[in-house]
Amino acid sequence: MKHFSWFVMLIVAAILIIAGRELPRVGDPEAPAATHVSPRYIERGHHETGAPNFVTAVLADYRGYDTLGETSVIFTAGLACALILGIRLGRSGEGGNA
Amino acid sequence: MMSDILGHLNYWLATLLLLIGLHGMLIRPNLVKKLMAMNVMQVAVIMFFISLAVKTGGTAPIELHGDGHTTPHAAAYINPLPHALMLTAIVVGVSTTGVALALLIRIYRYYGTLEEPELLQRMQE
Amino acid sequence: MKPLFGSVVLDVACRLSVPFIILFAIYVIVHGHDSPGGGFQGGTILAATFILIRMIRQDVKPWGLDRTGALVLACCGLLLYTGIGLLSFLFAGNYLDYGVFPLPLEAGKIRFMGSFGIEIGVSMGVTGVLVLIFDALTEEDSQDDKPGEPT
Repeated sequence: MKHFSWFVMLIVAAILIIAGRELPRVGDPEAPAATHVSPRYIERGHHETGAPNFVTAVLADYRGYDTLGETSVIFTAGLACALILGIRLGRSGEGGNA
Repeated sequence: MMSDILGHLNYWLATLLLLIGLHGMLIRPNLVKKLMAMNVMQVAVIMFFISLAVKTGGTAPIELHGDGHTTPHAAAYINPLPHALMLTAIVVGVSTTGVALALLIRIYRYYGTLEEPELLQRMQE
Repeated sequence: MKPLFGSVVLDVACRLSVPFIILFAIYVIVHGHDSPGGGFQGGTILAATFILIRMIRQDVKPWGLDRTGALVLACCGLLLYTGIGLLSFLFAGNYLDYGVFPLPLEAGKIRFMGSFGIEIGVSMGVTGVLVLIFDALTEEDSQDDKPGEPT
């Protein structure tokens, strides 16, 4: 089992290194990640959303629906954690004396 | 060859961190170590995405000296989109760690151990 | 009733630093549009305040927010977020379209008010959930979980 694990790690390392050589140079302004919709967020972010911080403008205004999904993810995780461990709600004074 | 390595240095370091986390998840038998190795893998992916957002000569993605009516130059600020996506990824990582810790507490209270070979042995009894 | 964790030094340090941490958390939430910050970051710092009080005092009656309060706060945060989304239905806009509220401001500032409202909702949700996770993970061992017995 351990030898199979090392073999799997070697395969994953080979795939990542072969694919990583095709990535653009770090800091390239013409990289595909920086050309399609991101210049529009920078150029018209302040005017359309009223927020000088472009990250908040993207998170709360342009992609506000994704932030709703993320808030419900953390809410569901907290609820699942509380239900797995079986906490008792109510005034904690009663929980300690029961 | 050297420019190939130095130009992509952030990506190789993120790959190294990912492989360290993968080693921890596959090979260590303790359940808490597996969980922390999963957290290390999440951090490696986040670092990879953040280093995709860098532009040489760009500054932080906050508009410094403008009102709402001047158009900033797009190459003067780094890409804000991966930063917003990685905020979501960090929150998802916290949620996963919290639920996994709750499950580990229940496993420990019920079986009394957190090592995987002993756990499999006690499950069969 | 558990004794105080540690000594008088920890108690005094906690009392002195908690107001400043709460102030800094509210600063980070409100200035999310002008400097790095926003709802998630400020909500985490505010949750750190409540966790610090629980760790230092270990009181039976926690100071500030008990478990039901944390759950109610998380629910109210999520409700505020979806409520602002549904509110734009009343003014014939899309879901989460902040530009249709009839406030007497210019166009960019109306969207600013909408995203400020949802940042408040997000920070309330994150605070409530983190305090709830901490309370659930550090609860004292309950009586109904013996080894070898299914619950």
